[in-house]
Amino acid sequence: MSLQICDLHARIVERTILRGISLEIRPGETHAIMGPNGSGKSTLAKALAGHPDYEITQGSVVLDGVSLLEREPDERARMGLFLAFQYPCEIPGVSIANFLRAAAQARLPEGESLSVTDFYQKLYHEMDALGMQRTFSSRPLNSGFSGGEKKRAEILQMAILRPRYAVLDETDSGLDIDALKVVAAGVNRLRGPEAGFLIITHYQRLLDYIAPDFVHVMVAGRIVQSGGPELALELEKRGYGFLEEQYGSAEVSPLAEAGARG
Amino acid sequence: MTEHQGATGTDLLQLDRNVGDFHFEVKYAYDAGAGLSERTIDYICDAKNDPDWLRDFRKRALATFLREPLPTHWASKELAEIDFSQIRYYLAHGQQAGRSWEEVPDEVKRTFERLGVPEQERKFLAGVEAQFDSEAAYSNMKDALRDQGVLFVGSTEGLHKHPEIFRKWFGKVIPPGDNKFAALNSAVFSGGSFIYVPPGVKVGHPLQAYFRINAESFGQFERTLIIVDEGAEVTYMEGCTAPRFDTATLHSAVVELVALPGAKIQYITVQNWSPNVFNLVTKRGIAMENAEIRWIDCNIGSRLTMKYPAVILRGRKARGEVLSIALANSGQHQDTGAKMIHLADETTSNIIAKSISIGEGRSSYRGMVRIPNHLKGCKNNTECDALLINTSSRTDTYPAITLRGNRSSVQHEASVSKISAEQIFYMRQRGLPEAEAMSLSVNGFVNDLVREFPMEYSVELKRLIDLEMEGSVG
Repeated sequence: MSLQICDLHARIVERTILRGISLEIRPGETHAIMGPNGSGKSTLAKALAGHPDYEITQGSVVLDGVSLLEREPDERARMGLFLAFQYPCEIPGVSIANFLRAAAQARLPEGESLSVTDFYQKLYHEMDALGMQRTFSSRPLNSGFSGGEKKRAEILQMAILRPRYAVLDETDSGLDIDALKVVAAGVNRLRGPEAGFLIITHYQRLLDYIAPDFVHVMVAGRIVQSGGPELALELEKRGYGFLEEQYGSAEVSPLAEAGARG
Repeated sequence: MTEHQGATGTDLLQLDRNVGDFHFEVKYAYDAGAGLSERTIDYICDAKNDPDWLRDFRKRALATFLREPLPTHWASKELAEIDFSQIRYYLAHGQQAGRSWEEVPDEVKRTFERLGVPEQERKFLAGVEAQFDSEAAYSNMKDALRDQGVLFVGSTEGLHKHPEIFRKWFGKVIPPGDNKFAALNSAVFSGGSFIYVPPGVKVGHPLQAYFRINAESFGQFERTLIIVDEGAEVTYMEGCTAPRFDTATLHSAVVELVALPGAKIQYITVQNWSPNVFNLVTKRGIAMENAEIRWIDCNIGSRLTMKYPAVILRGRKARGEVLSIALANSGQHQDTGAKMIHLADETTSNIIAKSISIGEGRSSYRGMVRIPNHLKGCKNNTECDALLINTSSRTDTYPAITLRGNRSSVQHEASVSKISAEQIFYMRQRGLPEAEAMSLSVNGFVNDLVREFPMEYSVELKRLIDLEMEGSVG
């Protein structure tokens, strides 16, 4: 049982961004990927989720024994892969509650339908645990949300959908310290032997609140160093400069990151 | 609690895609044959035992219809494809509508059962009229309303039994010469509802009419007249379906509403016509002092729909509203909108129109708002939003707002949007298949309007939208 990424190469249009990523995340583990802008962190997240703009040119991804890359994005999600987006999309007119109901319904076998009462019980339970006002769930998803609200809505969705493997793409970006703590507490609540996490971040700051088991450093589309939590602290001290000098970055940055956002 | 109803997942997608696309063979006792002439009018008048004044009215209207040109120059050239000589103008099973479903002929009853009409009646309606081709097959209302003096009958029964109310308003809100299709309806109309609500009576549950076209090459021309007396209130809902035929079917109704001082009328339409239907309908209400008319109009299906519900704001502080949803799929043109004619001080009107174009579908918003110079304190708000699903989808907006003088105010907003690929990817990442993600986005787009529909209808509407969205992706 694991999310196994093996020698993954990916490109957007004609630009190769991932140049052989290998990584295995087991349930119960929390991995952090750190790296400078343009190193391909967000591309990894979107490629795993099956974003149509990214073309996989080499490698494999296997989720609990099932090959992921031939699957549609929604199939991947239903297999247990969740991506907390760096820039969550606005879905006008669709309330958080209705959206999550539809997503939960989509996970049931054909012919079965979700119990509305059970669903709301679970929703309110999770919202209470996350310290969210229940009325928040009737707002249209991400429409007019502040940066902090968007990230909290991502965590709420994760809490309801309970993925096997969750990828958090720069969930800390744009958050002040209080919002960061709330989001981190939400993630920590979901950690446990059943769930694996891949936390993508530019800064060590988030890792003060979500302690990773493993830290990987990504530069120019490759993982160049792996280690324990101490690696994050070292990076915090020394910066990425020395690694970029060593492994190069000019080929992919900064356009790659811009493309990944587009 | 937050809203519990909503579009969720697969249960909506298991529905029969063409809910109205079925057809039983029916023997008609009355058939005016194909084509339109004075003889057709005589046939209808004889069958319906019309009084002489009505025979004259119909014949004058026929002359107007034959004289007026088709409005192909401003609307759509597609109108020219209607072959009026191939259409059957009157097809009826009998002249008497059943008061109980047992009295309704089997194949007609089966049709309405399949459409869920008797079930809805049991659940939440105060009265139902079910029209099958030219005549109502079933018409009934709760006894309590009858005791309060509410009339809810077919147009023929209305004009025969209640001429003093019927004739006072019939053809006054929409005269036969209003437009070519109003003239056509005036010439050959049959069926539709006549409703009168006495002063102060508030009808709590909706009255519903269901218009069913069953026959091929047929024209349905129902005529509805609703008069709500001082301080009274009513909600009327209509649903429409037809089977899918290769030949064109014509639906050309006229609906006249009269809201006397302080009255409230809410008129709700959910039509789901098959894609061979030309739907050319004239709907207009007149609102006296302090009265309110709301048109809630949902247009799904048909080949071409031209419909612009109107309110004439005749008395001080009268209010008019049109909430409109149109969904145009490939091969369809929804040319819809609203008209607000302000004729008194402090009258207010509100128009919210949302359209969705899928595939090669085309939707147009056509609006007319008039506030003349001598009035003061009038307000209009117009919002029209269009959503385009595919790159080949089309939308046009023709708002005509005439505001004279400076003592009234108007506000107009319009937007065109597309569902973005990022939005769909986001929703798919949460496990929703692409088609469902599209449906949910579309439902979200119209959500604030759908809320205005009674619950039973908003659920139905979401289903219809989901069904239309199938096959729009990829």
